[in-house]
Amino acid sequence: MTEKKLDWPGDVHKVLRDEGITEVAMVPDAGHGRLIELCEADNDISVVTMTTEEEGIHMLAGTYLGGGKGVMLLQSSGVGNIMNSLALPNTCRIPILMIATMRGEWGEFNSWQVPMGQGTPLCLEAMGVRLIRVDSAEEIAPAVKAASRLAFDGQQMVAVLISQKVLGFKDFRELAR
Amino acid sequence: MTDGLHRRDLVKELVKDRGENTLMLASLGSPVWDLTNAGDAPENFYIWGAMGGAAMIAFGVARMQPEKRVVVLVGDGDMLMGMGAFATIANHPVRNLAIVVLDNGRFGETGGQKTHTAAGVTDLAAIAKASGIATTATITKASEIGTLKELALKTPGPVVVVAKVQYEKLKFVLPANSGSYLKDRFRNAILGEDRAQK
Repeated sequence: MTEKKLDWPGDVHKVLRDEGITEVAMVPDAGHGRLIELCEADNDISVVTMTTEEEGIHMLAGTYLGGGKGVMLLQSSGVGNIMNSLALPNTCRIPILMIATMRGEWGEFNSWQVPMGQGTPLCLEAMGVRLIRVDSAEEIAPAVKAASRLAFDGQQMVAVLISQKVLGFKDFRELAR
Repeated sequence: MTDGLHRRDLVKELVKDRGENTLMLASLGSPVWDLTNAGDAPENFYIWGAMGGAAMIAFGVARMQPEKRVVVLVGDGDMLMGMGAFATIANHPVRNLAIVVLDNGRFGETGGQKTHTAAGVTDLAAIAKASGIATTATITKASEIGTLKELALKTPGPVVVVAKVQYEKLKFVLPANSGSYLKDRFRNAILGEDRAQK
């Protein structure tokens, strides 16, 4: 496991504030843990936990209809749950901003994570979502800022995909020891 | 069956008394036709797809528009597909949201196949209550429409009212179907065009 030298969750939290994002819809992932804590501690941002990811896409569509801006935090396995939900922002041209942590790619130990992880970019692109992939911690905050602009000004559905290279991969043999 | 509940009567009554401060949304299929039939308005948002999402879309709107009343008409099929919304909404209660389930026990758009509520086995109001929604009710008779109006338009939310409506084959009454048009129309109406489009 590599040490995280950079406080990328802190930088992303700052970007979310600067971009006027007040709603965070999420199904948690360990990789988003610190960012979730920062958002929960922020009085200007509300974090809403979903029972399943499609709820988040639906809620954020409502957020935009009501004049607000939000972001969805999810992991790649959750991307599989949102496919038909994306028909709504797609056909209505409702901006959607997602930050997805990837599993099933870089050094994945758990084979059950591989199918949806590998399928995530293809599935999102099939539904018209624009992708910004990041492989290093320093790229994340600028990528989220660019994604937010592309989403809310460019009226697109945009997902930032954060590689397992950044988050480190789990070794279950280590954990079981 | 003289006191049976007819969905079109019920929705007309709601729309008649909605006032200027109520935003209305409707889930795909019959609820969209019902709301259009009762009276189109820019403050209506018709959800022509995204089955299972109506309650959460309305929740998202309600959180951003706390001064407005938000009423969403949801078919039983749509609500069954998104029951987790009850738990999510209950954990973030919004006082201005009412979910009205028009429960005819059928998948109306696909030939009238029975849903899980048809035989009285599955009870959506009980599920909402057990999920933590503070105010839940089921109405079964036309004489209870006044109660439904009070719950949907005035009672502090979140409210879930299940109206056990009759299964009827009714004429489709279609609103505009362009999603981007409906979205812009709704945002312009509630935000003002200047804020909505810049």
